[in-house]
Amino acid sequence: MNAPLTPSTLAELAAAVRSAPRVLAIGARTKPRLSAVAPEVTLISTLGLNGITEYQPDEFTFTALAGTPLREIAATLAERGQYLPFDPYLLHAGATIGGTLAAGLSGPGRFRFGGLRDFILGVRFVDGTGRLLRLGGKVVKNAAGFDVPKFFVGSLGRFGVFGELTFKVFPRPAATLTLRLPVADANAATQILTAAAGARWEIDALDLLPSADAVALRLAGPAAALPLLAAEILTRFPGDILAAATAEALWADLRELRWTFTDGPLLKLALTPAQLPALATTVRTHAGRLHVTAGGNAALVSLPAPIASLGLPALTLRGPGPLWLDAPTSPAIAAAVKTALDPHNRFPSLAA
Amino acid sequence: MSSTITSVADPARFLRRLGEILPPARVLAGPAQLAAYESDGLTAFRTAPLAVAVPETQAEVIALVRLCHAEKIPFVARGSGTSLSGGSTPVAGGLVITLNRLNRILRVDPAQRLAVVEPGVINTAVTLAVASYGLHYAPDPSSQSICTIGGNVAFNSGGAHCLKYGMTSNHVLGLKAVLASGEVVEFGSASREQLGPDWCGLFVGNEGLFGIALEITLQLLPRAEVFHTVLAGYRTLEQAGDAVSAIIASGLLPGAIEIMDALALEAASAAVHAEYPPGCEAVLIVELEGPREVVAAQRPQLDALIAASGPVEARPARDATERAAIWKGRKSAFSAVGRLSPDFIVQDGVVPRRRLGEALRRIAEMSRAAGIRCANVFHAGDGNLHPLILYNGTEPGALERAEILAGKILHMCVEMGGSITGEHGVGLEKRDYLATMFNADELDCLHRLRDAFDPLGLANPGKMFPDGTAPALAQHGLHPLEKAGLISRE
Ligand SMILES: Cc1cc2nc3c(=O)[nH]c(=O)nc-3n(C[C@H](O)[C@H](O)[C@H](O)COP(=O)(O)OP(=O)(O)OC[C@H]3O[C@@H](n4cnc5c(N)ncnc54)[C@H](O)[C@@H]3O)c2cc1C
Ligand SMILES: Cc1cc2nc3c(=O)[nH]c(=O)nc-3n(C[C@H](O)[C@H](O)[C@H](O)COP(=O)(O)OP(=O)(O)OC[C@H]3O[C@@H](n4cnc5c(N)ncnc54)[C@H](O)[C@@H]3O)c2cc1C
Repeated sequence: MNAPLTPSTLAELAAAVRSAPRVLAIGARTKPRLSAVAPEVTLISTLGLNGITEYQPDEFTFTALAGTPLREIAATLAERGQYLPFDPYLLHAGATIGGTLAAGLSGPGRFRFGGLRDFILGVRFVDGTGRLLRLGGKVVKNAAGFDVPKFFVGSLGRFGVFGELTFKVFPRPAATLTLRLPVADANAATQILTAAAGARWEIDALDLLPSADAVALRLAGPAAALPLLAAEILTRFPGDILAAATAEALWADLRELRWTFTDGPLLKLALTPAQLPALATTVRTHAGRLHVTAGGNAALVSLPAPIASLGLPALTLRGPGPLWLDAPTSPAIAAAVKTALDPHNRFPSLAA
Repeated sequence: MSSTITSVADPARFLRRLGEILPPARVLAGPAQLAAYESDGLTAFRTAPLAVAVPETQAEVIALVRLCHAEKIPFVARGSGTSLSGGSTPVAGGLVITLNRLNRILRVDPAQRLAVVEPGVINTAVTLAVASYGLHYAPDPSSQSICTIGGNVAFNSGGAHCLKYGMTSNHVLGLKAVLASGEVVEFGSASREQLGPDWCGLFVGNEGLFGIALEITLQLLPRAEVFHTVLAGYRTLEQAGDAVSAIIASGLLPGAIEIMDALALEAASAAVHAEYPPGCEAVLIVELEGPREVVAAQRPQLDALIAASGPVEARPARDATERAAIWKGRKSAFSAVGRLSPDFIVQDGVVPRRRLGEALRRIAEMSRAAGIRCANVFHAGDGNLHPLILYNGTEPGALERAEILAGKILHMCVEMGGSITGEHGVGLEKRDYLATMFNADELDCLHRLRDAFDPLGLANPGKMFPDGTAPALAQHGLHPLEKAGLISRE
């Protein structure tokens, strides 16, 4: 495999796509399985496409080149009291905004206001014919044209290479408070996840921890209100309020995936809380670890070694094993859309 | 490049085969029957279809779409026909497939907070069906008591709460659809997370060009516990705009931020006897919502911001009745403006929020220069304008002059870095302006996507893209439902 191409302008990015019959974009490769493709595929690194090109705090929007590290974006937003409500992973590992969109990875904070799909507004990308195109918009509301930016969430770089992305952001809540609610087993966790999600508290994050013995519930909002809400929650579900530093460490460890095995596969799943107990049993059978997030709607599974099935469709982000376990069946329209955006199959297929 | 129907269709054979799918009572083909379907909420466009099909089951819809595909007959899906951009206007020689009878709520899952509905379900019916669980369906277009979830999905409809809660697309978890090619697909799932590309996200907002949604899985949210709603009057629009900027900069995230201008206020006070602070060029409505402890903590902050923004008067709603009155004035504003003028066009361009003041000044200038009155009621929180262009359709050329002004406003929105539509869709009306937002390559890409879903160009042809033949613009007055006072424009 040759060294990746390293365009530093959007025009160079388009030229790089045109320069080879088979190409795939990569960011910082924090999710390397997603770009572990055949050796004849020329890799295009977006790391030279770095920087926030437009930031309008009073619009709640920013535009950044695809290779910009999330860490930098988060820091810039924080200076103006704003944040990425979809709460991305691997900030410190160097994950890029483009790789995050393509991988479709939203973190625990996605529980409250939604994930990447709910904040992506527009994208400049290079299609499979090498054209640099801009679809979507730069304002928080836009209904003109098909919503291709949303489609790109989770597209794994197989339908186009992103050059620049526009996102909506929100004001960062004034304070946060995290509760640790011990649970006996996954059934008990499911009950808490379900009941808390339907309650009046406007919870910010609701996760089953990889230790499997507690639910972490985060509140975010005005400092004066949070202890009052927490007190009521603790009358429903026994537990403790974590000290600020402890809570910060807990969420940072989850965000940076520090609970995972270093060598085995790391997989992402979409699920419902009702499917959690069965998944937990399967993961335990394989001596794996499980982080359930978004109130029981998303999970990351880390295993010591590859396995054939988790009983639900899963995507391998890192480590050995096939890209998909129990891949969802692909309708005929998927092939037609792939042809529309990438008529010469310049990008790998979603299956590989 | 664009999809066109090449081979000649055989309407007589098509109607015969249609009769094999639906009983005669559910195929409308007589001129009187078709008249009710000739236009939608944009009454300036009118076309009679070949026939209207009234399916009652998903299987019938699938059979109809496959028949259209086999016979190369274009079709237009129709919900309640409230589109303000001509999206559900029939296509000459085509079939209208009305979905109102597919109106079952198939499943409510309070634990997973979702509802699975058929496309003809009315927007408010969803919230009504789940209210007993303390849940609601967030997207709230002001046509919500009459428009369908299928129409909302096709247009990615918005409402007053988009800044915080997003549009329809942000609340669709999954859907089943019959594509124009006849393929039946299921996108998404009951989970709020997804694996692989976001097919649901691509489908929502397709303006009826991809196919027909048959079953939609909607996410539900816990109903907000309490509200704090403030109405503030300002001497100038500029001051109201500055107040919005101050609120945005403060770190608060209100559920709604709306502005009404003087002409809209005049109309609303006449129509619903609302009393607004006197001498104001603008009224701002801001609403906080959430758990009572949170709203109690944020309320003094909002009240102080508004007090510091120099209002003539600020009135917080003291109870649910006062809140309802504030919203009644806001929601009735457009139909009320309609009383000032026999006819009007609603635009819904978007500008960057910080340029709202400038946009309103330019709209005022353009409207003065054209000699056409223009009222403004808008979603200030997300820069989504709703200029209401008043004209008298019985005056020769008045509609055309109004359309010219509307076009100038759209150009201004694009030039400012915004969009030609925030929530009403491109439809027939704004299709010539799509090219102001996208270049030839980008339009080609959108065309290719459309062709992927609809290789024969049969699903709602002539909409969104600046191609195909358009019915002539003609004067027809208010939507029949508006005349009946059932709905009003927001
Ligand atoms: C020496 C070293 C060791 C590291 N060790 C680890 C580690 O142990 N664990 C860890 O988690 N991280 C680790 N990282 C960090 C990690 O490799 C990178 O941060 C990571 O690759 C970031 O990738 P990404 O998130 O930007 O997306 P990638 O992983 O590069 O890509 C994810 C997906 O997005 C696609 N994609 C990326 N950019 C685009 C684009 N612009 N347009 C379209 N598609 C795109 C790719 O094709 C791929 O499908 C390490 C980094 C280095 C340098
Ligand atoms: C008084 C008034 C106020 C309004 N206020 C708002 C507002 O606040 N916000 C807003 O966003 N809009 C608003 N609108 C516009 C309109 O109500 C919305 O666009 C609504 O979503 C249309 O729903 P409908 O059922 O009437 O659809 P229709 O008008 O019947 O159809 C709209 C489009 O959807 C397609 N379609 C319908 N059903 C399906 C289906 N099952 N599958 C695929 N395509 C389908 C049609 O082909 C057409 O292109 C308002 C309209 C009026 C008249």
